[in-house]
Amino acid sequence: MLRFAATRLVSLGLSLIAASLVIFAVIEVVPGDPAAFMLGLNAEPEAVAALRDELGLNGSRAARYLSWVGGMVTGDFGQSYTYRVPVSQLVLQRLWVSLPLALYALGLSTLIAFPIGLIAASRRGRPADYGIMAATQLGVAVPNFWFAMLLVLVFAVNLRWFSAGGFPGWEAGAFAALKALTLPAVSLALPQASILARVMRSALIETLGQDYIRTARAKGLSRRQAITRHALRNALIPVLTIIGLQFSFLLAGAIIIENVFFLPGLGRLIFQGITQRDLVVVESVVMLLVFAVILVTFLVDLAYAAADPRLRHRR
Amino acid sequence: MRWPVQLIIGAILSGLFVLAAAASFLWVPHEVSTLSIADRLKPPSARYLLGTDHFGRDILSMLMVGARTSIAVALVAVGIGVAAGVPLGLAAAARRGSLLDEIIMRGNDLIFAFPSLVIAILITAVFGPSALNAILAIGIFNIPVFARVTRGGALSIWTLDYILAARVAGKNALRISAEHILPNILNLLIVQGTIQFSLGILAEAGLSYVGLGAQPPTPSWGRMLADAQTMIYTAPRLAILPGLAIVGMVLGLNLMGDGLRDALDPRLRRARE
Amino acid sequence: MIAVEGLSLAIHGQPILRDVTFRVAPGKVFGLVGESGSGKSLTALALLQLAPEGSTLSGRAMMGDTDLLSLPERGMCAIRGNRIGMIFQEPMTALNPVQTIGEQVAETLVIHGRANRHEALAMARERLDRVGLPAAKFPLSRYPHALSGGQRQRVCIAMAIALRPELLIADEPTTALDVTTQAQILDLLKELVEQEQMGLLLITHDLAVVAGMADDLAVMQQGRIVEQGPTEELFRHMRHPYTRQLFEASGHRPPQTAVPQEGPLLRVHGVIREYPRPRAALLRRPPPFRAVNEVSFDIRRGESLGLVGESGCGKSTLTRAILGLEPLQGGEIRLDGEAVHAGEPMPAHMRRKMQVVFQDPYGSFNPRHRVRRLIAEPFHLAGRPDDAGARIDAALEAVGLRPSDADRFIHEFSGGQRQRIAIARALITRPELIILDEAVSALDVRVRAQILDLLAALRAEFGLTYLFISHDLSVVRSITDRVMVMKAGEIVEQGPTEAVFGAPRHAYTQMLIAAAPVIPAGWRGDGEARPGG
Repeated sequence: MLRFAATRLVSLGLSLIAASLVIFAVIEVVPGDPAAFMLGLNAEPEAVAALRDELGLNGSRAARYLSWVGGMVTGDFGQSYTYRVPVSQLVLQRLWVSLPLALYALGLSTLIAFPIGLIAASRRGRPADYGIMAATQLGVAVPNFWFAMLLVLVFAVNLRWFSAGGFPGWEAGAFAALKALTLPAVSLALPQASILARVMRSALIETLGQDYIRTARAKGLSRRQAITRHALRNALIPVLTIIGLQFSFLLAGAIIIENVFFLPGLGRLIFQGITQRDLVVVESVVMLLVFAVILVTFLVDLAYAAADPRLRHRR
Repeated sequence: MRWPVQLIIGAILSGLFVLAAAASFLWVPHEVSTLSIADRLKPPSARYLLGTDHFGRDILSMLMVGARTSIAVALVAVGIGVAAGVPLGLAAAARRGSLLDEIIMRGNDLIFAFPSLVIAILITAVFGPSALNAILAIGIFNIPVFARVTRGGALSIWTLDYILAARVAGKNALRISAEHILPNILNLLIVQGTIQFSLGILAEAGLSYVGLGAQPPTPSWGRMLADAQTMIYTAPRLAILPGLAIVGMVLGLNLMGDGLRDALDPRLRRARE
Repeated sequence: MIAVEGLSLAIHGQPILRDVTFRVAPGKVFGLVGESGSGKSLTALALLQLAPEGSTLSGRAMMGDTDLLSLPERGMCAIRGNRIGMIFQEPMTALNPVQTIGEQVAETLVIHGRANRHEALAMARERLDRVGLPAAKFPLSRYPHALSGGQRQRVCIAMAIALRPELLIADEPTTALDVTTQAQILDLLKELVEQEQMGLLLITHDLAVVAGMADDLAVMQQGRIVEQGPTEELFRHMRHPYTRQLFEASGHRPPQTAVPQEGPLLRVHGVIREYPRPRAALLRRPPPFRAVNEVSFDIRRGESLGLVGESGCGKSTLTRAILGLEPLQGGEIRLDGEAVHAGEPMPAHMRRKMQVVFQDPYGSFNPRHRVRRLIAEPFHLAGRPDDAGARIDAALEAVGLRPSDADRFIHEFSGGQRQRIAIARALITRPELIILDEAVSALDVRVRAQILDLLAALRAEFGLTYLFISHDLSVVRSITDRVMVMKAGEIVEQGPTEAVFGAPRHAYTQMLIAAAPVIPAGWRGDGEARPGG
């Protein structure tokens, strides 16, 4: 198990290096000079030169890459050009909105999907199954930002149970903050839950056809016991894969949803960065998002090994 | 062969949108480029079947032209994924366990770490927003998807005896891939293609919504939703209609994908015969 | 103790079992024999009410005063694993891969409320000891993937007998196992029946297995029991023609008329094939695994040479090396005097001389091509002759099919017909050597006998040379002139077939032959002579 974790950790490191190289390379191909790009067409040459100096653009490419990566490792993401504050400070603030939102949505989606998938699989071919399959088919097709608009229409505009957007901050109390995150989380979670429930159902059905389920039944387990004691844990393996993959969709979705609800999260930050041509912010936040995806992949790999003893001994 | 019901429903539903998009090249009820402030925010009527938006443009016409954008972007993105992903997957499977396989798979993992929205953000940050961005971002993300599906399907066929028989007949990996592997994983690819097509429609809508996709005046479903958001109190209809179009198209494609999976799966087909 | 009366079963209205009647007595073994699709496995599943969905049952299955077929699901759960235990054919997939063997054996006890988890684990330990998995080598914390097929089957047995059931059902319990493992598992089952006074319902396709195991025997054909009685008596009389057919087929020896000529067609000299092992650590690679270790032999022109060995002995690797599909790490292979350069395309004139027939009649053909194209594939390198059409027709006729079959797809043919098509594909280039890699192993006995006849006839007609690879000793004995025995990558013994089988010299050969079940020589239906043993 330890060896498995170690090899995965090495590949996590390699992925991070590769990802940072890609991001760095993309920013490097900015037409012309990044400093001129950031300041726009009418910038004074002196201002451009000053910014070049500030960004360290006068060094070699290798040196710039190393100082960027080295800075990130030590928590120094550089200075935002537009906000005139360290990017790390900006990111940290915004993370307190984006991370709880993503976790809230992931929790909701899993909580909804598991029982629904379980019911559909154990009632396969019955009305309950057909109902769930039809509902999830619809759920998969709904774009989350449109669903968010509908939620606003119903719960904020008509019923006035929630506000249509904004975030009071955690200083306003956990309840108020969570309340503000509820509509965004629900709109993120529902399409994801539909996908997850379908995966859960088909994984369970596949597992229920395996020989060891027949063995379990021959031992005297009822259908229900065979599902809970044997099928569930085996079906978890494909489900984990999807949860891992979903994280990246959730992240992307969160960026969009934050714009629907005017939440001051990383998504808003990155769009402000783009409109204000603040490459330092864009570059850092993108790296952070990619890091999150890679980290989750790593955690899913570890979860695999915990769920499946065959993996622990491989490699 | 009997066609599964979902395949028929799905094909009709998504076919409707494709037809509307195709028709828009020849005829739309009202030109979408002409603004008419006098007719702004009109409710549905005989003249404007679905009403008008805040610039007085006919919503039905906008939806028809918007379908064109969505379908074109998603289709080209699937094309990019297939064109690059399938050969990579075939090559990785043919040289299973080799350095080439390792490089292709690690490369795929790396792309997977960049959600298409993040790719779009990067491209936009550098080159500015355009519909081409959306195509590239979604297309790049499709490559590892197709590479994985191809490799997985190909690997299971490489273990079969008829591949060994073909090798005994002296056929090389390229020829075996083209003659024996590709035809037998085609159904997998068709199903995956439908799924990626529908995901592409969703992704394009999302990108256009946040302004990283199609730019005005090109009508697109995502942009229509973004414009409608500010008027959600006064004209909720503007926010509902494009959303329904997206749901209809995606639902149709997904149903079609599920139906195709059933229709093309030889195991299921044998059971039905 | 279990009496089945008039059991019938239909799946979605399609009748599968008809009026099946038999009884299994305590401490006795009841054999149920039949070919694939005869309904023997479904009979067992029906007794446990585990038949596939859509099944309708009628008749009775009395266990004491209870009729198993009319018990509700809840009542059946109390019977399964408690009064009736069952083991299945495929031990590799029969165990839950994410649970330890201890937990899985203990579960039987816990589910039936016989013990709490702690006690159950102690009892599971005792049961695993009982089936020959001692604590020192097989702790309760083992996962199934760390066990061999035979060891897994022992775990399944431990699970099935954990509560000392009155009846144990074993559905082809040894079919997936090697012959020496099979002998050990059969011995274990026999011992358990005697000591625990269980009844054993042994389901198998193998007449020799039941001959050595069963007290009573029933022969099943198309969902019906066509004949039953005490085993020896049934074998001696064989009143039903189907029983007779099965018996004849299982010991069938095709007439051998071909005579080997002098001079080797294939020379294998000092061949070594190694595979790299997966890295143990990032930079440390263990020494490679040697699958074939300095193997040397000749095949004479027109000869039929057998190669026997258990799974994993290196037979298949050797086959692929001879076919030139894998590189060698040492030695050389010469076909008709010319070296086979592994890993490079073989010249057309050499490729033409050597063809192959594989085991799996389902995986051997691209399902999307018609038979015409499938058979013509070997022309790819050898070059498509002008009379290709005529040769395809001729090849189909040679294997007993019609030229019109060339326009059909492979899924329209049965397993036996597919093997005929595979042989036709091998014949199309008019080869000299055909490698038959477990070519009849997946077939039912009667079909197998037909294919063996066909192979013998083709050999005589075209002067073919065979390398016949199989794990089945009786098949190899029936069709080869000479035989080699392979173990752990090495040939441990070779010689004329009758000499090796009659008086094996190497200990491993002796063990293999002793382990292979045989029908006692004296048991011949109505005293009719049966060729060979």
